[in-house]
Amino acid sequence: MTSALAFDLALAALVLAIATLTIAAREAMSAVISFIAYGLLLSLAWVRLRAPDVALTEAAIGAGVTGLLLLGAAATIGDRQAGAAPPLALMLAAGLACTLVASGLAATTLVLLPEPAPTLAPPAMASLATTGLGNPVTAVLFVYRALDTLLEKVVLVLALLGVWSLAPDRVWGGVARLGPDAPPRAMLVFLAQLLPPVGMLIAIYMFWTGADHPGGAFQGGAILAAMWLIVLTARLADMPATSHPGLRLLVLAGPMLFAAIGFAGWALADAFLAYPEGYAKPLIILAEAGLTLSIAATLACLVAGPATRTPPP
Amino acid sequence: MSTAIALVTVVAVSAGAIFFLAGTIGLIRFPDAPCRLHALTKADNLGLGLIVLGLLPQVGTLAEALKLVCIWLLVLFSGAIVTQLIAATSRHK
Repeated sequence: MTSALAFDLALAALVLAIATLTIAAREAMSAVISFIAYGLLLSLAWVRLRAPDVALTEAAIGAGVTGLLLLGAAATIGDRQAGAAPPLALMLAAGLACTLVASGLAATTLVLLPEPAPTLAPPAMASLATTGLGNPVTAVLFVYRALDTLLEKVVLVLALLGVWSLAPDRVWGGVARLGPDAPPRAMLVFLAQLLPPVGMLIAIYMFWTGADHPGGAFQGGAILAAMWLIVLTARLADMPATSHPGLRLLVLAGPMLFAAIGFAGWALADAFLAYPEGYAKPLIILAEAGLTLSIAATLACLVAGPATRTPPP
Repeated sequence: MSTAIALVTVVAVSAGAIFFLAGTIGLIRFPDAPCRLHALTKADNLGLGLIVLGLLPQVGTLAEALKLVCIWLLVLFSGAIVTQLIAATSRHK
């Protein structure tokens, strides 16, 4: 047995163990913390499968932002989670349904797929040169399947609309509450003063390098969102009201810019979301720049949650 | 020469791994939050530092070496502050 195989087996066992721990945890907070560890281990698994783009996204979104969302939710419901356990029959039925789905998926991928599995990778790589991009994942996201990517960003905006709609009528358009009411600790303020310049640089690098190397708008946007959230939690800046025109514009700017480039494709390159010859890479980077900012604003607002206070006059 | 470099890497990375192992044992066995944090910081600071030190001779370019050192510094910085925050929170409980 090679050392690489031993490492992969250990990693797979660890992922399964943490997954079991996440489900078996009795308290919401422990389950969430296990889930974050699970996401980080899963991103290691993606690295081993040589999918660094997916690994970065899993670490930033799957473990980072989703973890933050769940931590917030667990803190909110913390005191009233001690309800009665669901009936045994229901738990058994849910477990059975999950087992059926998992074994169905395993059967489809392991047994039914022909060997070698069907792949579009060679044609995707063959056309890569015409896009001017070096990273095939970015080419798939912004050239071959650009419509999917555009709609994905619209879904993100819709999700934020859903979260904002949870605000009661009297605070509609108000300010979301982030972190505890107590004044922030001096250490947190120090962190929020020192880390964001470094984090913003890494986020911009992540978006910029995405054209040719692993990275991109989503990963960069997630880091940018994290930096903004640190500054907001340390009260170095005020959370803007959800009715703030600048914030709403920031959330919409990326998808709108991407859609505008798409419509321009009709006039300049004969198809929606087609890029004119030779301008593919600059247009994609422009769209990604807008999307990075919008993703950062949207993710941060999703974590901050619905408005809880009326906006300051 | 290459054998000597490989030896440096093996020794430093193994020493780093020992610090991680010791930190993990401490995390599991120590009685209260400050003790456990004390164990954890050894893994973060020294363990990761030794692993980065061991990997430095293996990288090809100066830029890659700087990236490794930056990762260590970032972990040092965030680790130190998060440790303080957890310790303060646990004391006020």
